[in-house]
Order: sequence, then structure tokens, then C-alpha cells
Amino acid sequence: MAAAAAPVTVRVTRSRRPSYWTAIGGAAVLAVLASLPYVVYANVTDLLVNFIILLTLATTWNLLAGYAGLVSVGQQVYIGVGAYTVLVLSGSGFSPFLAIPLAAVAAGLASIPVSLLLLHLRGAYFAIATWVVAEAVGLAVLRVPSLGGGTGATLEGLAGFDPAVREALTYWSALAVGAVTVVGCYLLLRSRFGLDLTAIRDNEVGARSVGVRILSAKRIVYVVAGAGAGAAGALLIVSQLNVQAVSIFSVQWSAYMIFVALIGGVGTVEGPILGTVIFFILQQSLADRGAWYLIIVGTIAVVMAMWVPRGLWGLVDDRFHVRLFPVGYWLHGAVTNPGKSPET
Amino acid sequence: MVWINAAVQGVLLGGLYALFACGLSLIFGVMRVVNLAHGDFAVLAAYLALAVIAAVHVPVLWAVLVAAPLFALVGYAVQRLIIQRSLDISPLTTLLVTFGLSIVIQNALLEVASANSQSLPAGLLTSGALRVSGQLSLGYLSLLIFGTAIVVIVALQMFLARTSMGRQVRAAADDQETASTLGVNVRHVFGIAAALAFATVALAGVAFGMYSSFDPSAGPQRLIFAFEAVVIGGMGSLWGTLAGGVILGVAQVLGSQVDAGFGVLAGHLVFLAVLALRPNGLIPSRSV
Repeated sequence: MAAAAAPVTVRVTRSRRPSYWTAIGGAAVLAVLASLPYVVYANVTDLLVNFIILLTLATTWNLLAGYAGLVSVGQQVYIGVGAYTVLVLSGSGFSPFLAIPLAAVAAGLASIPVSLLLLHLRGAYFAIATWVVAEAVGLAVLRVPSLGGGTGATLEGLAGFDPAVREALTYWSALAVGAVTVVGCYLLLRSRFGLDLTAIRDNEVGARSVGVRILSAKRIVYVVAGAGAGAAGALLIVSQLNVQAVSIFSVQWSAYMIFVALIGGVGTVEGPILGTVIFFILQQSLADRGAWYLIIVGTIAVVMAMWVPRGLWGLVDDRFHVRLFPVGYWLHGAVTNPGKSPET
Repeated sequence: MVWINAAVQGVLLGGLYALFACGLSLIFGVMRVVNLAHGDFAVLAAYLALAVIAAVHVPVLWAVLVAAPLFALVGYAVQRLIIQRSLDISPLTTLLVTFGLSIVIQNALLEVASANSQSLPAGLLTSGALRVSGQLSLGYLSLLIFGTAIVVIVALQMFLARTSMGRQVRAAADDQETASTLGVNVRHVFGIAAALAFATVALAGVAFGMYSSFDPSAGPQRLIFAFEAVVIGGMGSLWGTLAGGVILGVAQVLGSQVDAGFGVLAGHLVFLAVLALRPNGLIPSRSV
């Protein structure tokens, strides 16, 4: 009984290994990636731009579904808002590259009124209502001739650039967007606000009872996810040089985001990154098989959702206890088995 | 007169949407699940009918007799093997899984049947119409579909209200645990509800295939219309679903009367307005 009074020293860290190693590793990877336009041909960097667009979409969708419990099937509306913002700004003489952050802001702003209308909805109501908003905005854009109507519009602002310079700038912009998204998500989840979100993820009613302001937390996440999708849409138009309402507002984008997150693992920072890598490899290797690639990827995602609900990263984590982006806390000393330390 | 005609056509179109939506409404009312592959299963039924007609050269209405029972079996299997399993994990998983299923069905149809748009031959039904006056005429096909919707809704109501299995379905919907302590096999009962819902999906898919052309990617649009009808009317209420379908149909036809491209958008706007102002729908009901 006296043993219970014995002082226990507990050391609390954010990760088992010092997290500056992750920072150093991340900076090194970023430096290598940033130098690629000098080393490889543009087809490689073009592929990477598409990769980063998918990564940005999946990471921000995962914030919504994995943490706030909001399954959105309508993030394509913000992809569209981002792309058309770049189109309009470039039409009035603005550099398309500088318009990318503004497109993210515009999409974030556009998501505020939608959040007022939809955030009190739950489950399927929210999913299909977001989808209908995307369809409605897409149909409305189709009716505006100055935005290209049904035939689409071409981004003119980049005509003056040398193709090699344009492709390198596009790639660097994408790299910046991807880095800001991943690091931003990580810092967001590491903060006090991230603790709120993790509590909502694990038990919404419980989170509410300990004072988490659910609705405002969800709103912040929804706006952040909207801005991320907007940045992805801006990258899309800058890399493809044109935009078509039917394809940019297509629900196909939601399918990609959902498949990536399900394969990699919902509710972690690492999951969507791993998921994007795998989705991208599947997409590239099945590219000449037409519809088969979505049949295969979709089946994998469904099977994963039902039998491996924490995704591939969940398997990696169970096996090796690694976290590239430690968002929780480790307790040292108090717990006998550090491998089972409670991590939030 | 143009407007009256448009409104009447809208009401009839609403019957089609209601027929489409009652399966969605039934599954939601009983299991609290929205099957995001609902529209794709309907398109699949239309392709199945097409295949039956091509194989044995029967009129399209006979193809329904093949498609509906087959879909009932498919519904039972999908419920027991997929929806129930994902429901046990979390309600959000059912959304993700049925959405994945939707994409898989679309692309499988694309692979098997090509992207060309198809339609089911309905013969006289499509061309014939009941002339009420010079400018107002009611197509036989629209009338038949509207009548079918009412028959299906009445039949589902009778099943739920009068039969032993219907009572078990309602009991399981209200309180799974109590129902199972009283000897109801909840999973089997949910399977039966899904089987009925899928049979109506087959009917709706064939009806839609006669009414307008379809292609492998037509499913999501149909799911959205069905969901809009269900939400406008009030989730889980079958008569509400009919009312919701009619309101959606009228909004779409009147909208396209204003401008050809405005119809679907007008329907979406009505749906969003109902969500904002009366999120429980116009005829709310807690259970089926």
C-alpha cells in the first residue's frame, strides 16, 4: 500500500525518437525534390505535380472524414472554385502562380456559407448535400459564358513563359502547396486544437461533454479542407492550362480522395501519404487498361474499409510502432511497456 | 396552359422519382443506412433487362419479372455480406463502402457494355398518350410508372403494417436489441428489407430505362434525385417520399420551362432550401 505513494517520475515526449530527425529528414527530402527540375525531364515533374494534387486532396479530405467525422462527397466544388479563381485572376492580368494562394483563400471563403448551411447535417445527409452543392455550382458555372460554359476555358496568362520555365515553376508551386498542406495538417493536429479534433474523432459525445466546441471545430476543419481543395484546383488549371466545368466539378475527384484515404488509412497524417503513393502506382501501372483501374482500386478500397479499417498505415503502425508525424504524447517511465504507451 | 401542362408532367415525373426513392427510403428507415450505390444498382437493372430482352426477345415488361426477383436476392446478399459488415464498423464506413461499390459498378458496366447510351424499347407505351385537351396529354408510360409507384408504396405499407415479417422489420428498426431478445433474427430481417428495397430498385431502373436513355455513368444522378425526393418528403416516410418526388418533378419540369438548362438546377435548389428550412422534410416520420 505504501508503494502507491512512491513518487514516479514520468517523462513526456511527443515521440519515441527526437522529432528533429523527422524535421531533418523532411527538409532533406524537400531539398532533393526541389532540385528535380534541374535533374530530370519535365514528364517526371508533371507526374509529381499530379501526385501532389492527389496528396493535397487526400490529406485535407482525411482531416474532414478522419478527424471531424464529416464524409464529404462534394470537395470537388472547392477544386472548381480554386481553378476558376486562377482563371479569373489571370484574365485580369494577375500571375497564375501568385494566384494559387489566393485561390486557396477564395475556396476557404466560399466554404464558410456552405458550412453554415450543411454542418448541422449528419452522415449521409451531409455527404449527399455536399455532393448536391457541387452539382449545383457546376451546373451554374456551365451557364456562365464568360467562364467557358460547356466547352471550357483556356488559361491565357502563361502564354509568355518558356515551357521549361513554366513547368519548373508549376512543379515548385505544387511542391510548396504539398509541403504547406502536409506540414500544416501536422502542426494543426499537434496543437491544442488537434487534441480537440482527435477527441471528436474518437468519441464525439465524449468530446462534447469535456467541453470541446464541436461545431466550431468542424467549421474550422471544413474551411481548411476547402482551402486545400482550392489550392489543388489551382494547381490543376496551372498544370493543364485549361478547365472544363464538367470534369472539374466531377464526383470522380471525391472517389480518388476516398480511395486514397481508405487504402492508406483514415485518421492519421501518414495514411493519406502512403495511400497516395499506392494509388498513384496503381493508376500508372493500370493506365492502359481503361476502366479496369477504377474497378481494381475501388475493390481494394472497399475491401480495406471492411477488413482493414485503419488502412495500410494502421498495419505498419501495429507492426513497427512508427510515426513519421507524431501528433500525440509518449509517457516514459510510468508505463512498463513503452510499445503500448497511450498515444492520443 | 403551357404551365399547367408542365406542372402535370412534373407530377407524373415525380411518380418515377418516388418509385426510385422508396427503396432508398425503406433502407434508411429500417437500417439508418443510405446506399450510395442505389442509382448504380438501378442502372445495372436496366442493363440486365436489356440483356434479357436481347437473349429471349420478350417485351420489356417481362424482363421486370426476371430483374426484380434476381435483385431481391442481390439485395439480401449485399445487405448480409457488405452493408451489415460495414455497419458493424461504423455508420461512416457504410457510406464509404457503398460509394466505392458505386464506382466499381459504374466502371464494370463501362467495361462490359461500353459508354454508349442505351434505352429500353417500350413500344406503344412511349408514343401513346391520353389526350385530355388540345395542349394537355398524359403519356401512357408516365401514367403507368406513376400508377406503379403508388401500387409499390401501398404494397410496402401493407407489408410493414399487416404481415408478421413487416412487424418484425418495424421492431428491428425501432430497437434492435429488444427485437432480438424477443426472438427476431435482426440480420435476416434487415436482409429481407434490403431484398424488398432492391426489388423496387429493379422496377425503378427498368422504368427509368424506358422513360429516358441511360449509360454506365447515369447512376449517381439517379441516386441524387432519389435522395432529394426522400429528403424533401421526410426520411423514412413512404408517402412523404411520393410527395417529395412530386415536388422535385414539378420543380424540375417548371425549371426547364423557364430555361432548358435550368431544370435539374431548380430541383437542387428546392432540395437545398428544404434542407436549410425544414431539415426533417415536409412530412417527417421517425420510423417507417
